[in-house]
Formats: sequence, C-alpha cells, structure tokens
Amino acid sequence: MAEEPAAAGAAHEYPTIDPSFDVVLCGTGLPESVLAAACAAAGKTVLHVDPNPFYGSHYTSIPLLSLASFLSPDPSPSSSTVAAAATSGSHTVVDLHRRTVYSEVETSGAIPELARRFTVDLVGPRVLYCADEAVDLLLRSGGSHHVEFKSVDGGSLLYWEGCLYPVPGSRGAIFSDTTLKHTEKFVAYKFLKVVQEHIAATSASADERGEEEDAAMISEEDLYRPFVEFLNQHSLSAKMRAVVLYAIAMADYDQDGPEPSDKLITTREGIKTIALYLSSIGRFANAEGAFIYPMYGHGELPQAFCRCAAVKGALYVLRMPVAALLMDEEKKHFVGARLASGQDISCKRLIIDPSYKIPTLDVPSDDSNSNFPRSVARGICIFSKSLKQGTSNVLVVFPPKSLEEKQVAAVRLLQLSSNLAVCPSGMFMAYLSTPCTDASAGKHCIKKAIDALFSPQPQDSDGFEGHLESTSESTDDMKPTLIWSCVYVQEITQGTSTSGSSWSCPMPDENLDYRNILESTKKLFADIYPDEEFLPRNSAPVHGDDDSDSAE
Amino acid sequence: MHGRPRRPAKPEDEKAASAKAAKLRDLQAQVLQNHHSRTYTKEAIGLSFKLLEINPEAYTAWNYRKLAFQHNIKELSDPEAIRSAVDDELRVVEVALRQNPKSYGAWYHRKWLLNQKLAPVDSKREFGLLNKLLKVDARNFHGWNYRRFLARFMGVPDEEELKYTMDKISDNFSNYSAWHNRSILLSNLLIQQSKGFESKQKIFSEEFELVTQALFTDPSDQSGWFYHLWLLAQTSSPDNPQLIASWPCDGAKLSSSFVKENVEQNTLSSIWCHSLKEKTVPIVLYFNEPVKGLNQSSVKLKSDLDFGKDVHWRALSVTDSGYSNCWTTYLQITNECSSSQQYSVEVSIPSSDGIVSRSGSNYNCPVHFTFTIELISDDAQGIDLFDKPVAWNCSESLESHGNCKAIPFDPLKITSALVEDSNWHFERLTEEIDLFRELPDDKCKFVNLTLARLLLACAAIKSRGRSPIERKKYCEEALAHFSDLIHLDPSHKQYYEDERSLVLMDKLTCDMETFMKHCSVQVQNSVPLNHVQLCRLSLTCVGFVERLMWVQVLDLSHNSLRSIEGLEALQQLVSLNISNNHISSFTALEPLTKIMFLKVLDLSFNEIGAHSIDTTRYICSSPFSHKIEVCEAFEECQKKNINVEEYWDAILFFKSLKLAQLDIKGNAVASKENFRTLIMTLIPSLKSINGECVN
Repeated sequence: MAEEPAAAGAAHEYPTIDPSFDVVLCGTGLPESVLAAACAAAGKTVLHVDPNPFYGSHYTSIPLLSLASFLSPDPSPSSSTVAAAATSGSHTVVDLHRRTVYSEVETSGAIPELARRFTVDLVGPRVLYCADEAVDLLLRSGGSHHVEFKSVDGGSLLYWEGCLYPVPGSRGAIFSDTTLKHTEKFVAYKFLKVVQEHIAATSASADERGEEEDAAMISEEDLYRPFVEFLNQHSLSAKMRAVVLYAIAMADYDQDGPEPSDKLITTREGIKTIALYLSSIGRFANAEGAFIYPMYGHGELPQAFCRCAAVKGALYVLRMPVAALLMDEEKKHFVGARLASGQDISCKRLIIDPSYKIPTLDVPSDDSNSNFPRSVARGICIFSKSLKQGTSNVLVVFPPKSLEEKQVAAVRLLQLSSNLAVCPSGMFMAYLSTPCTDASAGKHCIKKAIDALFSPQPQDSDGFEGHLESTSESTDDMKPTLIWSCVYVQEITQGTSTSGSSWSCPMPDENLDYRNILESTKKLFADIYPDEEFLPRNSAPVHGDDDSDSAE
Repeated sequence: MHGRPRRPAKPEDEKAASAKAAKLRDLQAQVLQNHHSRTYTKEAIGLSFKLLEINPEAYTAWNYRKLAFQHNIKELSDPEAIRSAVDDELRVVEVALRQNPKSYGAWYHRKWLLNQKLAPVDSKREFGLLNKLLKVDARNFHGWNYRRFLARFMGVPDEEELKYTMDKISDNFSNYSAWHNRSILLSNLLIQQSKGFESKQKIFSEEFELVTQALFTDPSDQSGWFYHLWLLAQTSSPDNPQLIASWPCDGAKLSSSFVKENVEQNTLSSIWCHSLKEKTVPIVLYFNEPVKGLNQSSVKLKSDLDFGKDVHWRALSVTDSGYSNCWTTYLQITNECSSSQQYSVEVSIPSSDGIVSRSGSNYNCPVHFTFTIELISDDAQGIDLFDKPVAWNCSESLESHGNCKAIPFDPLKITSALVEDSNWHFERLTEEIDLFRELPDDKCKFVNLTLARLLLACAAIKSRGRSPIERKKYCEEALAHFSDLIHLDPSHKQYYEDERSLVLMDKLTCDMETFMKHCSVQVQNSVPLNHVQLCRLSLTCVGFVERLMWVQVLDLSHNSLRSIEGLEALQQLVSLNISNNHISSFTALEPLTKIMFLKVLDLSFNEIGAHSIDTTRYICSSPFSHKIEVCEAFEECQKKNINVEEYWDAILFFKSLKLAQLDIKGNAVASKENFRTLIMTLIPSLKSINGECVN
C-alpha cells in the first residue's frame, strides 16, 4: 500500500490495454471480485483494475505495519494527471475523487515484535457459516481451490453478567454445558427441538408434507411476530434468550427495548439464521462448530474470485487507479473510464469501489440510502493468551446492555490464533465490531468490550514488577494482557446503481458473515445483466471432492 | 443408521437383486462343495471370500474359512508367514464388515482369530477399526461387544474404557451401548475397589449428576432413563441378599389340633397347621431377591423331632432358573407321638458362600429363629374340613380370636447391612425426587415412571427403618403416578396396572392397622382359619406374598388378576377364591400346583378357554418342551376319549391338585365337551364341583 503509484510522468510504464470492454471494474473488494467472476463466467470481456498494489480493497488483509496508512491515507491522493472536466471527442471527462471511509482511528500499545507476521483483516470480525452462500459461491465458482479454511474450534461464548459462558447451540452442547441449570437445559432443548422440527417440516416439499409436519410448523402468525416474543412464549431464561437472540440469531440491536422499533427481528428472520447455524454444524467432517475462517485472512476471498475471473479471461491490472469517468454528451450515461495511465477505455458497464464518489449525472437518482448514514465501529487487539483455555479460535458476543446500560447494539469479537497463519505462534488477534450511528458512542462501546476481556499493558515504569506478577500468578482465570489495540469507525454504504451504466458496490457491513453483501452483489448483477445467470453451477472446473476439502 | 426411512424398491433394483441372488447361489454352491470335499486351495478359499464379500451372513463360509485356516497354518512355521496369514484373514473380516457392520459371523470370526493367539495383535489397528465403525454408528452394539472383548484381551484398564464411554456420551448421549458399557465398567471398578473408585456413594452421586444432565436436556430420549434405572437399582437395593420373611415365624407355636373349648373361648395360643395332620411341616424362607444354594449345609436345622431322611430345599418358583425368592422344605415327622408333646425346631442361616444372588453376592446376615410344634392326637384329626361347599364372606374379625400374633410382621427383626448407610441412599433418592418434580415436562412418561420408582425405592428403605406411615405416603404418591401413566401411555397399560397392583398390595399390607381390616377368622367345621380378603381392588397381579405366608383362606375375587404368580409361597393356603378375575389359561394357574394342601379352589367367572391364543403357554413347561414326562394322566384321559392335545395344560394342572372342592363355572372351557369328565378323572378326591356335590 505504502508504495506510491507510478509517477505522473511515467505513463509509458503502463501497459497498453485493448481500449474496449464489456465491463470495467475498479477496486477488488469482494463484491467487485464476485461480479468480475460472474461477468467473466457469463462470457463478457472484463477489465478489472485496482489502484492498490494488492487485491481486496476494503475487504483485504494487510500487514499490521501498513494498517495505519491504509486507515488514514495521505490527504492529497488525487494526484490527478488528467485535467478536470474536459470534453474530448464525443464524451465528457469527469474527475473521480475518493472519500475517506475510515475515521476516529486510535491505536494504543506498542507494535509487537515480529510485527511483519501479523496480517490484519479490514472486515473483521467476520466468519463464514459452513452452509452459507459464500461457501456455495466458492464451490460453484471454483474459488474454493484457492482458499483453505479452518474452523472456529472454540465455538461461541456469551458475555453475561461479567463472565463468559459457552453458547449451547446443539443437543450435545446443551448436555455437556456445565453452566446451565437443569431446567434451563430442558427449556433450551425443547426450544431447539421446536425450531428443528419447524425447519425439517418447511424443508419438506409441500406434497410430501404430512399432518405430522404441519403440526410441527410454527404458525404464520408467530413467524411475523418479534422473535423475542416467541422466545418469551417458550419461557427461555434471560440468559438463554440472549444466547439465542444475539449469539445464534445474530440480532444486532436490543430486542428487549421498551419501545417497539423496526430493529426487532421477526421469528421468521431469527429462525432463518438458526437454520443456517444448525445446518452449518457438521456440514464438513473436519470442521468443528458452525463457523469457518479463511487461512491467511479474509483478503484471500476476493483474491480467489479474481482468480476465477482471470481463468475465464478477465484482465487484471493492479496499481492502476481510475482517474476519471467518461460521460456521453447529454451527461446521462457513463461510457467509459480514463485510467491513470491516461488511456481511455470504453465500456458499457462500469463498476466502482464504494470509496469513489461517483459524479452525479443529470438524471434523477434514488438516494434513499444516503439519508441514513450507517457506521460500524471496529477494534483490533493483539494479546498472547487465549480467551478460552485450550481453544485457538473463538467467537464472543456481548449482548446489548451487557457492558453498560447505554449499550444499544451487540458487540461481537472474534479471536484468531496462529493456526490461521495470521499471527506468530503464541500470539492471538481479536477483532471487534458494533454497528453505530454515532461514531464516538460506537468507539466507546468497543473500548468497553476490550476492557471487559483484557487487562491493560502494565506501565513501563513498573514493568519489572508487572513481569514478576504475571509469572507468579499465571492462573487460568487471569485476563489476557492487551499488547496492542486499534479502534476505528468505518462508514457503511450500500450497493447503488447510477442510470443503468455505473454501479457502486457495498462496503463491508456490520455483520459477522457475508450474507447481506453477497445478497446485494447478486442484486447488482441482476441489475447489470438481467438476462444472465449469476455464476451458474457448471461454471466451476470439475473437481470431485469439492465439498470435502473446502474446510481445513 | 437409525431413523432412516426405507425407500421402496425400483424395478431396476429388483432386476439387479435377482442377478445378485443368482450369483450368490452359484458362489454358495461352490463354497459348500469345497467345504464338503475339504478343498483348502488358494482358489477355493478365494471363492469363499467372494461369497463373504457380498454376503457376510453366510455362516458356513466362515466355518469353512476357519477349517481352511487351521489346515493351512499347520504347514507354516515362519512367524512372518503366520503373521501375514492372520493379517489376510483379518482383512477378509474387515471387507465383510464394510458390507455389513452388524454381521455376527464376521465379528465372531475376528474374535476367534485373535483367540488363536498366533500372531501379536496390532491394538492400534483393532481400536482404529472400532473407532471408525463407532463413528459411523455409535450405537452398533457389535462394535461395543468387540470393544469389550478387545479391552479384556489386551488388558486395557477399565478406567480408560470408562473415559471412552464418556467421550461417546459427550458426542451424543442417546447411546444405549455407551451407557450400558459404563454401567458394566463402573460395577467392575467398584468391586475391584480401584483407585478413585473406593466410594460407591461418591461415584454414584457423580453418575446421578451426569445422567440427569442428559435427562433434563431431552427427557424423551430413553437411553439415559435406562442408565438412571440402573443407578436407582444400585442405590435402593442392598448389596447382599437378605432373608425378609419365614414361615413359621420366630416364636410361633404350631398345633395339629385345637382344644374345642379354647376355640370357643377365644383363648387360642397356637396356630393350627393343617399339614400336621399328615405329619408334615413346611418351612418357607423368603428372600428379598432371587437366590440359589439353599441346602442342608447352608440352612441349619436343630430339633428334638426326628425328620427322617435328608432335608431337601426346593425353589418355589414357576421358572426353572434355579434362582428363587422363595424356598421351601417339607419336614416329615417320623416320631411316634402318643400324647400331647411340644417339640422345638431351630432354624439358622449363617453367613454363607453357598447362598448367592444372581449378581453373585453372598448371603451375609446370619439369621436364627425358633418355633415349636405341638402334636396332639385326638378326634379332631378326623375332621374333614371341606365336606360341604364353602360359603365365602362369612367370617369374624380376627382380633376376637386373639391370634393376631399369627400374623408375622417383621418376624426376623432383620438388621440389614444397608441400614448403616441408608441415610445416604435415602437422601440421594429424595434429591432425585425433588429434581424430577422440577422437570416441567409432566407429560413425559419416563418422568412419571422414574418418579414412581424413586418413591417406591424410598418406601422400601423406609420399611427397613420401620416407618409404615411414611411408607404409605410414598405408596400413595406412586399410585397416583401409575394411574397417570395408564392414561398417558396406553400401550404399556398392563405393565402400569401390574405395578399399581403391587404398590396397592404394599400399601394395604405394610402396617398392622390397615392390614387388619382385610383379615378375619373363618370358622370351618369349628376350626378357625386365618382369612384374608382382598376383593374389588382392581388387582392385576399379586405381590408382597411374604406378608401373606400365614394365610389359610384367601379371597382375591372380583379383581382383574391376569396372573397369580407368587401365590406359590403361601404354603398354608387351604382355600382360595380367585373368581371373577381375568385368568385366561390353566398355565397361568401353575403356581397353585405348588401348594401342597390346597383343598378349595374357586375359579368361577374367569376367562379360561375364552382366548384362542394363550400367551403364557409358550413360556411354561409343556410336554413339548421335554421338561415334563408324559404321565399316566394323559393315558388315562385318552382312555376316556379326552382330546389330550387340546387339554394338555388342563390335564397337567388338575393332576397336580388334591382338591376337595372346585368351582370352574363361568369359564368358556367349562362348557366344553368332556371337561367335567376330565376333572373327575384327574381329581378323585373332589367332593363338590361348581357348588354341587359329587355323588
């Protein structure tokens, strides 16, 4: 990243590119990469450029040392070589500007030794469900051959009343959970059974569904009620409710709030996520639990899709910013892009990384999303002792109000270990995130969560004493000591379409998985090529053992 | 493996199946041919492999391979060659198991091979194979059986195997085999007093805790309840068998006759014993669990009476397992006794290795009791008690005759080994009861059943502590659970009805006060007989017979009895009324054939002969099971044109009875042709039948 793009005068160093493509994509984030693969699979000619010297854009994993400059880039990046809005030939040239998507960056602690061996995700905390869309897409596109996964072996933990409790998400887990009372176990499994039977009944096709299945289904009325009401109806204890709502159904906002809000998830939504969770457990024989994480970090995923696109003929150029867009004379449509090399590429469809500000066209646009600026506060921690003894990777959920009364949204934390090749052995990394509308409130929440789980680095002055203490009191219940941390806020934008010729992809969202991002990516593709199938199943090279080797 | 629906066969499958069958038949014929001709060449053995590969159930092929293996191994001397021969054979088993992991033949072959001890066993390979199999189907009991075999064979410590069961239970606690193996291993470890397994209480407390985790997680899963049942049995029953009752009881006075004046003045001090008329005294011993090994040396008798030949103890039981709760001997008095004289008999059972329970534990609480016999020779001996038909329901209160003492309550004053630590047992059971009462799923049959069993276990402990009131309270609560269960789980209705009957009998007989309401004295030809009436109680079976061993007249009419098993312990019984019940066969009446002096039997209005299929008939002794010699009775009946094939059970039943009165009306069988002839032929002593005098 730190590398400066080719200097202005060195235009001749850029390769000359065929001047016309069906699609030009700028930025190699996951949505752009998936779109590139999909377009290439649909037989389109694709040019995919990225201003960075690496793949992934805002979805990448970068060395720890490059993090600071990525989050707070130099204020003068628009070393625009091309003159502002000028008309050349049949089209108008409009300069393209980038905006800052990260703010409030705050780091503390000393960069640890072996800093080069830490790789930092920009989308963290994030995992894949073994049975989710992302895994299917990887299998379908053949991208699975370029990524390797490991499971989140420690499962999930719930932060409740100042302690961490295991999340019992299966019959066996309920049985062996020593923190649950007898009756809690009974209620928990009974609820799980109701949900499982509903899932089994709904997955049976209508004609083979008997009376028994019908009886097992949750009523339509219940499905549209808030999920929290449904849980209350099954007399789940407050803790079990928190487990189900925030650690399994992955609700973001407080579901127990006094006033009903649109942030309440319905039973249908809740059960959909639980179904995904349950079907993820045991999908891959060598994956423990529901979640998997890509080795070497999430940056591997966009790269995998780019490779799929390249296999299908897409052309890739890194270190190549798009300097300007080309508009037709009426300023109604984009017709191409001017690359930093000065070359104009004409294309029918232009897909752009969300950090670019797309110039407005003289056509009415529906900017409904922009009315709600959404953000996500993220945190990154480095420490040297696992949060849960004996496990390397573990997920922790802090339900709303568990850290403090004014905590409105759940905080999620993902601990990763060296077995994912993202940090040196003996070290651990943790990612945290919480959705927020107010940046400082979000940051405050992340810091609270960090304080709850970690003890601060001892001051340099009493370093000797601190060292003594940590060796003499190496008890298991001691909190891990925080070595380094970083907290920042990231803006979230949705995928948008401008006048049917240019599209902007979504930023990494506040969720734990890629479901929403891939959903909107699919929508974008349907908008871009309404008549083409999105990554058809047969687009992947044939490999017999796809299913078995995609995890571990 | 479990819960997978079978899919209907498609036509093309059928075609493949018939082709497979043809191939199998061909292979089978060739293998049999080789087997007969003792051809053990490589090709011949290869053929048997081909057969087993497709059908591991071909047992003959396995046997053939055993013979072939034994034949060929003789020619090998090089240990490496032997080893590879064993290896090849093991591989054949593995291939067969891949085809069918539940093939008895294949598993047996493997055990047989290892038992030959020809080559060192690769334990890693064996356990690896097992792990793979149990991963596919954790409940494959063949696999578990083999695992037990292997653990013993390789000398794997029980502790390690116990850990393995825990792993499997953690994977999925719905695993009967794992729980079962756990119970076996724990029993062994506790018996051996291995390190960490010294305290039964500690171990069982932990196990209760473990299994309740499973039960509360999913009360509808049966496997945990089975384990809980085992734990309950370990907690509620004493480790060693105990004698709980005897007849005669300690201090009893038996008399062959009565002084008439005493009867009239209600000043009886002794018990009239009918059998003394024939100079016979039965002694009946009743244990809390089935035992075996009672004989002259394990039970010592001391008396100034002369009993002639050897004292022979026999089990009073309708099964012939050799174990029985109830044992009896008949003492034949050979003394010449001219005048009234008292003799005493001392019975003592020392701790003995001879008397053992089914689980192998010895009798270890010595018991000693004495009773006296009064032999009176007077005209009373000539009384025929039952010359006239007996009328039921004419009796006086027992108390008025002053021989309540005849009712033996806790006659032995047993101090059991359990009493010392029964506090822990009782506390543990009470905890379990409280816990299950908390379980919100009161519709679950297992919860109800377990609660009932826990309550009964508490009741049983309470009786040892002699608190009949508490015992009755537990009984009543258990009764309510069984009543619920009858509605909740109608498919096991009969079982719950039987259990309820037992509890009801317990409740009615556990203390003197309640029991007395059912007891009275019936004077029959001026002889007072101890009479117990348990009518109209919906009993389906009888229990707690050890409390009834002194009864001479028993009225069980107007119940729903399907079985009378247990009544054989009532050796004093002379008159029995089981009319208006649901007895459906003569085989169900087998216990009566063991009561030597039964004179009056009322069987009227039962269902004998009403059902074409008698389910008890197949499990009892019959001429077809070669246990009974075809006796004269059959020939005699045949002479009178009685269909022996049809009536063999009736013939066997009646020929063993020496009744004076029989009432069998109201049964389907009674109206059958020749049936009256059959009875008259077999019971010459009969004086009245169906209320009419026999001329």
